[in-house]
Amino acid sequence: MDLLALKRQCTEIRRDIITMLEKSGSGHPGGSLSSVEIMAALYGYKMNIDPQNPTMPERDRFVLSKGHAAPGLYATLANNGFFPKSEYDGLRQIGRMLQGHPDRKKCPGVEASTGSLGHGVSVAVGMALGLRQQGGSQQVYTLLGDGECQEGMVWEAFMAAAHYHLDNLTVLIDWNGLQIDGRNDDVMSLGDFPGKLRAFGFDLIQVQDGNDLEQIISALDAPHAPGKPKCILCHTLKGKGVSFMEGQAGWHGKAPNAEQAAQALKELEVLE
Amino acid sequence: MSEKKATRAAYGEALVALGAENEKIVVLDADLSCSTMTRGFADAYPDRFFNCGIAEANMVTIASGLSSTGLIPFCSTFAVFASRCYEQIRNGVCYPKMNVKFAFTHAGITVGEDGATHQAIEDIAIMRALPGMTILCPCDAAETALAVRAAAEIDGPVYLRLARLATPTVSEGTPFVVGKANTLREGKDVALITCGLMVEACLGAAEILKSQGIEAAVVNMHTIKPLDEAIVRELAGKMPLITVEEHSIIGGLGDAVAAVVAEHGGRLHKIGLNDCFGQSGKPADLLDFYGLTPEKIALSVREKL
Repeated sequence: MDLLALKRQCTEIRRDIITMLEKSGSGHPGGSLSSVEIMAALYGYKMNIDPQNPTMPERDRFVLSKGHAAPGLYATLANNGFFPKSEYDGLRQIGRMLQGHPDRKKCPGVEASTGSLGHGVSVAVGMALGLRQQGGSQQVYTLLGDGECQEGMVWEAFMAAAHYHLDNLTVLIDWNGLQIDGRNDDVMSLGDFPGKLRAFGFDLIQVQDGNDLEQIISALDAPHAPGKPKCILCHTLKGKGVSFMEGQAGWHGKAPNAEQAAQALKELEVLE
Repeated sequence: MSEKKATRAAYGEALVALGAENEKIVVLDADLSCSTMTRGFADAYPDRFFNCGIAEANMVTIASGLSSTGLIPFCSTFAVFASRCYEQIRNGVCYPKMNVKFAFTHAGITVGEDGATHQAIEDIAIMRALPGMTILCPCDAAETALAVRAAAEIDGPVYLRLARLATPTVSEGTPFVVGKANTLREGKDVALITCGLMVEACLGAAEILKSQGIEAAVVNMHTIKPLDEAIVRELAGKMPLITVEEHSIIGGLGDAVAAVVAEHGGRLHKIGLNDCFGQSGKPADLLDFYGLTPEKIALSVREKL
């Protein structure tokens, strides 16, 4: 997909996130909106996937470690043709495929059931190990939240990724600086986050604007340092694209009402 | 009875054998490979062995990822750490129904000198609560070899409860069908339903009871989940039941059997750790202290009847 088309798709994904959440009445807009460009670039540009054959063995894998950004993942999958958008109205509804957090057994294209923070990155490490062990050349991508990196297990996974020289693994971090209770720095500071990631053995790339597709794509295209897992630390804006949600921790896990959704959709006019 | 061998040792050997037959078998450990006995597999198939370091939560979740690529991971650590990585086992493996095996060793008080921090007495209880989890608790080395094979054939999570202590073979000649208990000794006065190392103890207790005029049946309930409810119902209709386990009487084999008795009728007493932790000591001394020797079991049975 060319860049303009991908940019349009990002707006479409944002609109879908808002529409879905307004309908369901609950869910997580903030971290879904901040990570739109990351997931759109992966599915629309970088990854080897076939939406018609979602379990194709040679596909690249994506694990949404920050599973609460499920609406963002669902909108990305639907816009890439994994399932029809008519599924949106089933978000968080009984018996439907779009569970509150991603369920690999129910939703096509979902590689791992996540939502419990810290798990997805370990699953991705296991996938990268398993694919390499069987001689595969597939790439594995995983997306973490910044708050998620307060989980100790995340650093166990980072250690393992470096120890096993997983250069088929790319860890992306949505560093919007906010979590449920407020700023990372107030809740539990990540300190010298880039320094810690480097010290844990990553080939680290910082993306100054993680909501800029070109910057994300350029980081994804940067060659892997041999024998090292790659980490792309993306500076993003929580709630990106909806003025009253931007930079507001309060919109981490709250759905917009009808009026707010209408306002948000007005702001998210599709590019001509 | 043959020479003594620990079920963990039999597990290590079974892994090596299985690894030769099935290249999908991979093994993970958390820096305990010489104790859990996965070292043999590591030496035989180094490219299929992943030491995850002292990080159990990460290990079981990496196993989930490995299984998603079609491999069959066996994870090993001490059973006491089942609770440490419980949420990862729940959300990372059982909920998505991944094909991961947890072969956790050093279960129960027969860990001995390391003491209560290393003696799992609640692992069966927590594993039973997980939807889709199969729980196998083999009684000796011979049965462990069969249990490991059975675990590999199940498509889904399996918890294999293994012991540190070397013990004699008592299951010789019995089949191993998941969910189907083996009656090792017939009796008409009381049925001892047991698993793991307590099978040998119960056979000893039955011998003592016989000399005192009590005919005790001994049932090896090697599968705790799914439980062989049919044999429980059948025995409960004929005689009192007594469960014997090297585990807390809360949530373990006893409670699994109790659920059947509560629904279908019968009389049941539970023998095991009575809502307490273990402590340091020689395994034999601990078994005696907690009432799990043949003599103490026979005494308890007589008291309860």
